[in-house]
Amino acid sequence: MSETQPKEHSGEASGIGNQDPALQRGKARWTAGEQQGLLNNQTIKERLIAKFGDQVAHFEEPYGMLTFEAPRELNLKILQFLFDDEQLRFQFLTDLCAVHYPGQAGRELAVVYHLHNLVDNVRLRFKIYAPIAQPDVFTVTALYESANWMERETFDFFGVNFVGHPNLKRILNVDEMEYFPMRKEFPMEDQTRIDKDDAMFGRGGPRNEEGIQ
Amino acid sequence: MSIEHHIKLPEGSIEKTTTTLNLGPTHPATHGVFQNILELDGERIVSAEQTVGYIHRAFEKIAERRPLYQITTLTDRLNYCSSPINNMGWHLTCEKLLGVKTPKRVDYLRVIIMELSRISDHLICNSVVGVDSGAFTGFLYVMQYRELIYEIYEEICGSRLTTNMGRIGGFERNFTNAAFEKIEKFLAEYPAVLKEFENLFNRNRIFMERTIGAGPISAERALNYGFTGPNLRAAGVDYDVRVHTPYSSYEDFEFTIPVGSTGDCYDRFLVRNQEMWQSLRIIEQAYRKVQEFKGADADVYHADAPAYYLPEKKDVYTKMEALIWHFKIVMGETDIPPGEVYQSVEGGNGELGFYLISDGGRSPYRLHFRRPCFIYYQAYSELTKGAMLSDAIIVMSSLNLIAGEMDA
Repeated sequence: MSETQPKEHSGEASGIGNQDPALQRGKARWTAGEQQGLLNNQTIKERLIAKFGDQVAHFEEPYGMLTFEAPRELNLKILQFLFDDEQLRFQFLTDLCAVHYPGQAGRELAVVYHLHNLVDNVRLRFKIYAPIAQPDVFTVTALYESANWMERETFDFFGVNFVGHPNLKRILNVDEMEYFPMRKEFPMEDQTRIDKDDAMFGRGGPRNEEGIQ
Repeated sequence: MSIEHHIKLPEGSIEKTTTTLNLGPTHPATHGVFQNILELDGERIVSAEQTVGYIHRAFEKIAERRPLYQITTLTDRLNYCSSPINNMGWHLTCEKLLGVKTPKRVDYLRVIIMELSRISDHLICNSVVGVDSGAFTGFLYVMQYRELIYEIYEEICGSRLTTNMGRIGGFERNFTNAAFEKIEKFLAEYPAVLKEFENLFNRNRIFMERTIGAGPISAERALNYGFTGPNLRAAGVDYDVRVHTPYSSYEDFEFTIPVGSTGDCYDRFLVRNQEMWQSLRIIEQAYRKVQEFKGADADVYHADAPAYYLPEKKDVYTKMEALIWHFKIVMGETDIPPGEVYQSVEGGNGELGFYLISDGGRSPYRLHFRRPCFIYYQAYSELTKGAMLSDAIIVMSSLNLIAGEMDA
């Protein structure tokens, strides 16, 4: 059996293995729109840099999706620009979520926006970082109604404080909860722990050590 | 003794002229555990406030401790009316991250399964719209064919509702002849059933008067509210992930995207019905394509990815390498490459997205599900403002709200 650990990660993960000409024609038809479209990652990047200069940074293209980050104070300005610009037109908020990186001092919480330009069919990922001590981020509910619950969910699980949100309260967890459970300081229970008396559930514990099953 | 000692009423409640009605969390008409607090003026809805989260199970947190193949069972429980789509979406996400290329036959088999689940999803949603408008017949009639779809699942993976179907790279086993026979049976019999289902509803005067104009939304508002799937298409936007970002070789199939215009319950109903016809077209094409594979190609049902695809049981017992891979996969000892990937599929009720961040460990560093109905349920209060109480029920069922997906 050959070992096929993936070594390289190009943008195309689901490539066309079959060389059937009919399929190739089909593929050409489907990608024709992409080739005609003027909007590509390079154009987006240039327009963003022309507008915001070196405040937008860390441009990457993991698996073909343009990703960049900016200071958190600028999130609303950048999203507004992406929304209004007649060439960019990123008017659909696909997803909004947060990620916790406890190791990065001063930028522990990342808020990630996934945007979609439905006219040219281009996707974009935009990140901002906030310190966990004061995770204040401007809300984007004025731009997208859909951000309302997504921001509530993000607040519920990570404690990101969306400044200006019309109704920032917990949504999936109980209102009385006093912590933010998706942060990394709340690990899932280790399945191999032995400090609990779980003998009745088939796991270790003092009773097992005494030989009582 | 003054009255305050006995009755503690909220301020302003004496002068209040509206009625508060709790619709849910456990109400037969909500078809799932979620609550609506309606403020009623007579029978008119003044405002609605939605509450979700009653069956939140912390899937995203659990996923941070699980190896990739164990997360498939979590995706089953998102939109449980079409769990195979969720399963395939998750496998596609993993394959994108790991760089696994799936053979064409696997793609086509997946397309068959995904379209079957789309039909079963739309079938339930549309017939429940019928039930909520007082027409029970359609629901009972089509249930027989959802049963047939579940039997097809059963032939393929052994389970019916929470399917846990497939593996990273393909399927756990090849489709049996019985499965293909059942798919043929479905293709032969279902068009007549769907036609009759449409005859029951489409021009039914009572149904039309109940649904036309109920819960309408404009295309612009729908996009702003993050609508996707049939609900967005009913508002007139032809956005479909299968066409815009083809996955699993959807680019090889001919089909159209039905769109509505007003975004009301009737349009949503019609769009779903039309999508079922399109799904049938796709299944037919995919079935033909699968039948064209001959010889050794006809036995291909998974990609060659030994580090992630469980080897056959026979090999595990007889070959050392297979045993080692089996052990490594089952114990979750295969590290996944670092990376960041977003993959979406056209789920039963919209764009189901998986945002996966890996730091090179054995389980995802972060996994986020983009659950379509969590996002579009926000629009409910706008959809029902000023409507009748009975419309509130029908709008809810025609949005295809699945509590499991909303709460994750």
